[in-house]
Amino acid sequence: MTPQSTQRLRIVFRKGAEIKYISHLDLMCAWERALRRADMPLAHSRGFNPHPKLSFASALPVGFIGRAEMLDVILEQRLGLRDFAARLKAQLPCGLELGSVTEVPVALPPLPTRVAAAEYEVAVQSQDTPDQVEARLRGLLAAESIPRRRERPDKIRIYDLRPLVQELHVVGRLKDMTVIGMRLQSNAQGTGRPDEVMAALGMAEAVRVIERVRLILLPD
Amino acid sequence: MISEAALDRILPKVTKPARYTGQEWNRVRKDWSKAKLKIALAYPDVYEIGMSNLGLAILYELLSQQDDILAERVYAPWPDMEDALRKAGLPLFTLESKRPLGEFDWIGFSLQYELNYSNVLNMLDLAEVPLLASERVDMPNAPLVIGGGSCTYNAEPLADFFDLFVVGEGEEVVLELAQLYLAVKASAAPEENWKEDFLLRAAHIEGVYVASLYTVHYQSDGTISAIEPMKAGVPARIRKRILRKLPPAPIRPVVPFVRAVHDRAMVEVMRGCKRGCRFCQAGMIYRPVRERPMDEILEAVDQLLANTGYKEIALVSLSSTDYTCIEPLARELSERYAAERISISLPSLRTDAFSMALAQIIQRTRRTGLTFAPEAGSERLSRVINKGVTGEDLLRTARAAYANGWLRIKLYFMLGLPTETMEDVLAIANLVKAVLDVGRRERGRRVQVSVSANTFVPKPHTPFQWLPLQDAASIRERQMALRKELRDRAIKLNWSEADETWLEAALSRGDRRLGRVIQRAWQQGARFDAWSEWLQPELWRQAFAEVGLHPEFYTSRQRSLDEVLPWSHIDTGVSDSFLWDEYQRALHGEPSVDCAEGCMDCGVRAAFGLVGCPPAGSGRGTVN
Repeated sequence: MTPQSTQRLRIVFRKGAEIKYISHLDLMCAWERALRRADMPLAHSRGFNPHPKLSFASALPVGFIGRAEMLDVILEQRLGLRDFAARLKAQLPCGLELGSVTEVPVALPPLPTRVAAAEYEVAVQSQDTPDQVEARLRGLLAAESIPRRRERPDKIRIYDLRPLVQELHVVGRLKDMTVIGMRLQSNAQGTGRPDEVMAALGMAEAVRVIERVRLILLPD
Repeated sequence: MISEAALDRILPKVTKPARYTGQEWNRVRKDWSKAKLKIALAYPDVYEIGMSNLGLAILYELLSQQDDILAERVYAPWPDMEDALRKAGLPLFTLESKRPLGEFDWIGFSLQYELNYSNVLNMLDLAEVPLLASERVDMPNAPLVIGGGSCTYNAEPLADFFDLFVVGEGEEVVLELAQLYLAVKASAAPEENWKEDFLLRAAHIEGVYVASLYTVHYQSDGTISAIEPMKAGVPARIRKRILRKLPPAPIRPVVPFVRAVHDRAMVEVMRGCKRGCRFCQAGMIYRPVRERPMDEILEAVDQLLANTGYKEIALVSLSSTDYTCIEPLARELSERYAAERISISLPSLRTDAFSMALAQIIQRTRRTGLTFAPEAGSERLSRVINKGVTGEDLLRTARAAYANGWLRIKLYFMLGLPTETMEDVLAIANLVKAVLDVGRRERGRRVQVSVSANTFVPKPHTPFQWLPLQDAASIRERQMALRKELRDRAIKLNWSEADETWLEAALSRGDRRLGRVIQRAWQQGARFDAWSEWLQPELWRQAFAEVGLHPEFYTSRQRSLDEVLPWSHIDTGVSDSFLWDEYQRALHGEPSVDCAEGCMDCGVRAAFGLVGCPPAGSGRGTVN
């Protein structure tokens, strides 16, 4: 039932520090409004309460910065990529920046199902020497399992964080901060959270900035 | 300026931190150093409520357009944020520049609800601004604290805390005040305290009430003997301000990230209401009726939608179905924006066939719920309050609503209206049951009726201003009777809590002695009294007791025609004799015509020298 004229665009964007406390739901709404202000021919779902077809790769937790977040949007008329980007840029609120816009096949599976992992950079301000930080990371990577508690409103679940951590290393130093890089699994089977990793490292209090720098998709 | 690092230490731990970070679309950031007058626009409730207020949106846009003026917003921090600010030693700050409120020249509070008063004090305290106007008058650098909004029609309980109030419509007054302020400040000698001079001169501007320039004399029984200006030339009565023509509608409202209570574009189609319902304060104080011409509305809607990206446009006023061109307007909007899936909403509908036809025009897709406000259950009581709708009207409208696809109907009633008996209460129950029956016949078991039965609070400047609040025990009895009658799973019944009602009644009908009560209650921890989970009625009762005042004196006493009411020096243009006549007609169950049918000579026409009132026919936006 997809008319030939529809177009699926993949938007890569930055969610900056200015708006890092906006929830995912509110961010979705902000995107929808920006697209409407830009007068884009959004395709809508059917039914009594039609919604524009926006699909975000992965919700970014409140308080995190996103360097290269992703969203797919479906248009009911084709637009030039440059035209689309220029019109959209003019309507984005402070803190939302357009990275790139590319066209992807309409028939691709939904974007969220393609996400495999995410890379983060966490800036910490601690008393540790660089060697001590390295030692903490090695300790975590050497562990067989890292049981963590996840508290939900309805129940408390114990899960193993270790298999979700694919990479963990020191990226470098930035002024008085140490930047730790990590790659965490992010899919329906399990999603690792960088703040959980930092807590497991015993460095939760030292965290100053968490930035998701890259989303890693499965090959199409 | 509060640093990002300082905020990062507290915001991750509070609920909805984006309430405090700003950056919304259409927010205006101006160069601090270039602004001559810096105004913090404050709303004493949480962000989502404050962001839904049209009055503040009007002032924000208007002030931001002025070259010399900078306006920024601030809302009451939720208690978890208050704790976090206090623990971190941070002052309350505005969303735009993150500067402490104390650095602004003016703090302008929108006063819409009495149960927000403790938040006003709390916000001043969090801003490290001295609470009492008398403490600030000798501090040239302390901000001027200004109040506007419907509560200023009896602002006496807040008199101690505000430098001045703006009574009535603020669009012109605020600019006149700004001009005067800058002139007085500029001409003052370096060490001179120019504030008193400014306030005295401000008191001459129509609509400005400087409470400290008036003295209140009391009699031995606690009632007021006189309210008098203390200086020559200060007007004995403060006439509210009106605009003859509605100012341009704001078209660049701030679009919140955090979902506001009313998350939609709003265009004011009309000010004032022609109906003359006797219980309704808004209907009395916002006279006369002024309509916005239809072409102006269409233009505003177009720009609003383009500038915001909203999917819904609300046509707001006290009674939008009374807007002369409402049907062509609704039709035009509905046709224009059908392809863009924009929905159109009217705040509430009257129970007549016309309203039903309108509802059909604007709600072509999702027909979920319709709201009606019959207010009274029996026709006798409906005549008392001059609401003029019958049970038959409601049933006919309900039948049409159900037949046309709606499933949920919401009905607003009031309990404790003057002359109400248990018979009137049972009439509410019967009406609700009849509506449900009609619905079931039309649509079967999916039909729902929700009923809101709030307690009536007699408000200043209305025909019922002399009456006491109905006592809590008999209200309870009536609520129980309703609950007993309306035991059906398809009926949802709710009412206002007695604790909220008496506090609202005391604060809205009080005199300036209540300032000490408010201050005491705030000191003891009163916050967010409009939120039932935060209201601590015992704390307020204790505050009354400590100050030596009886809340019943304000809530439960029949007042006589010759009593000097605490708000008697505030002149809405509506005469006391008209209000009294309306009160007497109410007692006799005599209806009064509305402004379109004939003039009841309420006094507004004479007070403001109006020729045509209300504007006759369509498209005329002005009264002259």
